[in-house]
Amino acid sequence: MTAVRVLVGTRKGAFVLTSDGQRRQWKVSGPHFAGWEIYHVKGSPVDPNRLYASQSSGWFGQVIQRSNDGGETWEPVGNQFSYEGEVGTHLWYDGTPHPWEFKRVWHLEPSLADPDTVYAGVEDAAIFRSTDGGQTWKELNGLRHHSTGGYWQPGAGGMAVHTIILDPTNPQRIFIAISAAGAFRTDDGGATWKPINRGLKSEYVLPDPEASVGHCVHRIAQHPSRPNVLFMQKHWDVMRSDDAGDSWHDVGDGLPSDFGFPIEVHAHEPETIYVVPIKSDSEHYPPEGKLRVYRSRTGGKQWEALTTGLPQSDCYVNVLRDAMAVDRLDPCGIYFGTTGGQVYVSPDSGDHWEPIVRDLPPVVSVEVQTL
Amino acid sequence: MTTASSNIRLELPYHLRTLARIDSEVQLEILGPVTQRAVLDALEARYPMLRGTIRDYDTQQRRAFLRFFACNQDLSNESPDALLPAAVASGAEPYLVIGALAGG
Repeated sequence: MTAVRVLVGTRKGAFVLTSDGQRRQWKVSGPHFAGWEIYHVKGSPVDPNRLYASQSSGWFGQVIQRSNDGGETWEPVGNQFSYEGEVGTHLWYDGTPHPWEFKRVWHLEPSLADPDTVYAGVEDAAIFRSTDGGQTWKELNGLRHHSTGGYWQPGAGGMAVHTIILDPTNPQRIFIAISAAGAFRTDDGGATWKPINRGLKSEYVLPDPEASVGHCVHRIAQHPSRPNVLFMQKHWDVMRSDDAGDSWHDVGDGLPSDFGFPIEVHAHEPETIYVVPIKSDSEHYPPEGKLRVYRSRTGGKQWEALTTGLPQSDCYVNVLRDAMAVDRLDPCGIYFGTTGGQVYVSPDSGDHWEPIVRDLPPVVSVEVQTL
Repeated sequence: MTTASSNIRLELPYHLRTLARIDSEVQLEILGPVTQRAVLDALEARYPMLRGTIRDYDTQQRRAFLRFFACNQDLSNESPDALLPAAVASGAEPYLVIGALAGG
């Protein structure tokens, strides 16, 4: 039986949406962890019943929850994220040195090979790994101790590792992205990292627009069949790399705005990518009040607006960086959640859209499991 | 020589009760001096999922948006090793962990 399970993190809890392969009729479960910010929920590709959730609040800090039954029941696991070695400083908004302080887990990335291994991208920017199902967490401090670390500065939303991509063909290679330090790659399992930002330009943001670090990368996406091809939604610009991030070029021409947060790749078409443009860095809502997903079938540069079933007037929601996902059914389903509390699905690769739910709390993240 | 024990009462904010799956106030046995540190150590020993939610893991400082009260007094800025009021130690009054009323 084919089915999909959509894992939705919101500002006030997590929701689990399930449907069969038709993706027309949905069951809604939740809110789980009601009242808490759920930054991310993601399942293990090895054991789809094993889920991890990042649960946090300004009052009570960070909790990690784990499910062994596909989200029906949960148990808190380890929540101690202590920086290893010298804590040191990064730059604060005003350019002064500021000590690294753990605030929350932004993104959880379960291992491709082991359900008990999971990576956590955190704020202030660092990456942790657990190998015991989330009970204990150890920092891979080669990232934070990179020679440029002292110069990293937060973006408006904080300084966080928000994207983690595990290379399906090389277990030693991981890509990450930090707002606002840029993209980095490890080729030794996380011991050492190198910035991969050559070709990115951040005019009016950095003193040197082409600096090796300091770019506000919003999201990176990869198709598993092409691990060296990466797509990036940046603070302005949609970029592409064909050499595992060693160089980038702009593929955003044709978009009404190349500012946005999420970017995703079609499950079966590695050159088909999706973005959700918003007006500008000062106006985080769709241009002209029209919610449009843009699709390129050529890996960028040629774009078409996808609007059927999406509001085309008076719509001023945003889609956050971790709030878009694809399933592996055929046709590929595309999903995204908005800051207005809607979760939309297109069961036909973006040609038509329908709301699954309309009135959730603001959506922070969306992941999809194909069962 | 036996160490004196005290049975104290503790109340948690809603979200921490939910996290620890507690329906009502908590009753804890404290061996030795009844201090804020001893009470919170005992709480976390019984409910490990509460570690890090009331006190920062590394500094053991009270989290910024929480307050500690007892006997109509704000004890938030008192030394964690200062003795709590006798009424708390005797169980007559509860020790309160309260979330600050802030935000949405």
